[in-house]
Amino acid sequence: MSGTGPRAGSLAWLLLLPLLAWLAVFVIAPAAILFVYAFCEHDELGRVVYRFTFDNFHRVGERVYLTIFIRSVGYAAVTTALCLAAGFPAAWYIARRPAALRHRLLLLVMIPFWTSFLIRTYAWMTILKQDGLLNSLLESTGFTRHPIELLYTPGAVTIGLVYAYLPFMILPIYASAEKLDASLVEAAHDLGAGPLRVFAAVIIPLTWPGIAAGTLLVFVPAIGMFAITDLMGGARIPLIGNVIQNQFFQARDWPFGAALGVVFLLLFAAAYVLLQRPKPAAA
Amino acid sequence: MIEARAITKRFGPLVAVDQVSLQVEAGEFLTLLGPSGCGKTTLLRIFAGFEAPDSGTIHLAGEEVTARPPYRRDVNQVFQSYALFPHLCVRDNIGFGLRMRGRPRAEQQARIAEAVANASLEGLEERMPHQLSGGQRQRVALARALVCRPKVLLLDEPLSALDAKLRLGMQAELRRLHRKLGITFIFVTHDQHEAITMSDRIALMHRGRIEQIGSPEAIYRRPATAFAADFIGQSNLLRVAVVHREAASARVRTDQGLELTLPAANLPAGPDPFLISIRPERISLSSEAPVSAASFEATIEERIFQGPTDTLRVVTGGGARLNVLLAGGGAVPAAWREGRRLHCAVAPTDIVVVGSPAS
Repeated sequence: MSGTGPRAGSLAWLLLLPLLAWLAVFVIAPAAILFVYAFCEHDELGRVVYRFTFDNFHRVGERVYLTIFIRSVGYAAVTTALCLAAGFPAAWYIARRPAALRHRLLLLVMIPFWTSFLIRTYAWMTILKQDGLLNSLLESTGFTRHPIELLYTPGAVTIGLVYAYLPFMILPIYASAEKLDASLVEAAHDLGAGPLRVFAAVIIPLTWPGIAAGTLLVFVPAIGMFAITDLMGGARIPLIGNVIQNQFFQARDWPFGAALGVVFLLLFAAAYVLLQRPKPAAA
Repeated sequence: MIEARAITKRFGPLVAVDQVSLQVEAGEFLTLLGPSGCGKTTLLRIFAGFEAPDSGTIHLAGEEVTARPPYRRDVNQVFQSYALFPHLCVRDNIGFGLRMRGRPRAEQQARIAEAVANASLEGLEERMPHQLSGGQRQRVALARALVCRPKVLLLDEPLSALDAKLRLGMQAELRRLHRKLGITFIFVTHDQHEAITMSDRIALMHRGRIEQIGSPEAIYRRPATAFAADFIGQSNLLRVAVVHREAASARVRTDQGLELTLPAANLPAGPDPFLISIRPERISLSSEAPVSAASFEATIEERIFQGPTDTLRVVTGGGARLNVLLAGGGAVPAAWREGRRLHCAVAPTDIVVVGSPAS
């Protein structure tokens, strides 16, 4: 381990160069362009007019967008909570299996990624639609006489979001849980902690990095998701992602879309800083 | 204080603990000694409550606790890996058990301070486990368990991660603590030296059973089986058959024709052949005339210098090989080199019958 000299340092930068170049061209530059657009106007044809204005940000604060924004946060929060409730036990269970079984179970978690996200969403639609799989099942078992409206409801959107993001919750929690030495749980039991107290005093603090990472990985993309809300919500329940998408495509109001994006970005950054603060040791 | 009655534990086809009964007295220092896989750690985990036995019962201070979870047993364990909580400082690690049991804050602080002082950890209270040395971690683990004042302290190879010098220091430290606190200790180790120097009694385990139980001295002097003779200390194990028997003594002969005398009362009830054990330090050597009628001649095959002791490997005319342990430091004549013929003698009472060769 002699990688501290000046030469090793420059080598490290050289190795990072492709990544930095990629980030500069495809992340930082577009973000900068969006930032500039957010303070511009647009003409009737949707072209950006470079004249400084704050109007776009004033519009972001309008009641209709505020409502949509709050609804988006609500959906994302419910999605994150459900993913956490379903993902934590799953991740913990997998992490406590013998190594060989662990890898097979992890594979099962990742299998959905082998198919296109859109195809999987359409699959859910065939399950939930009026004459779909679930309704047929409910009717044939006599549970209901008429098909229940499942698709294009808030429930369908939530199912779609949870389904799409669950692996992003399981994987980071698994990574933390797998590193947790089983003897720590035994030691806590040995010292008089029942199952709940072991969970609160040992398991949660030690898997906190995974919980925080999973929460970020689910909450942030869920808040901006537009494809699932379009397909499974039938565009009846617009979320902030749909609004932004609309500004760039149908409404051709790029500056306003950019302003929404910038506000969004700042909120994410704030949420990230809050979540990354080390959690005080619970006990 | 704590008792196992006919405990059996299987893992699939493997019988880890096989019908073990063991009674540990209050204030006793008992060691479960044996090679890896002998069931000693499993038995300890059954005492702690981490494993449920397939059959048999555990009794703690007269009460049956077999079905009780670990957090409702008055027993604490020191883990082999120490299992210190990495997110808690030394103080919070030591106070964990008191906090979980909801002791009043003032009592917690007083007992933590006492435990910190007892373990010589003053000034390290705010350190995190990863900032401690191996020996310090070990002391935190010990303090964390003892601060709960358990009826029985279980120690799962607690010294195996320490280097040799530190281990000797911690052995003395554990003995001192045991005497001072009067708590029952059950100590698991595969190290016979550790077991011999520390324990009041040793339960020697082999293949899930207790092979022999007794004071270190009793097991060393009178090993009951070939395994015990071989595992605790060194042993010359010889297969012999009786050639001549009188009222008081009997003469036996090894496969290689070496003849030895032992008290007739020590002869096994079973048939020939059987195994005898002779400790290497109980064989006396002489370059002079035969010490007694029972002595025999052997040639030095190899001499191994070990510092305080020398080991001579000798071979008899018939080809029987014996290890002889002698005090070193110049006590062994320089002329005793490879090839030298010597007279060997073993007192009859130093020959211990350790069972039939099949066992």
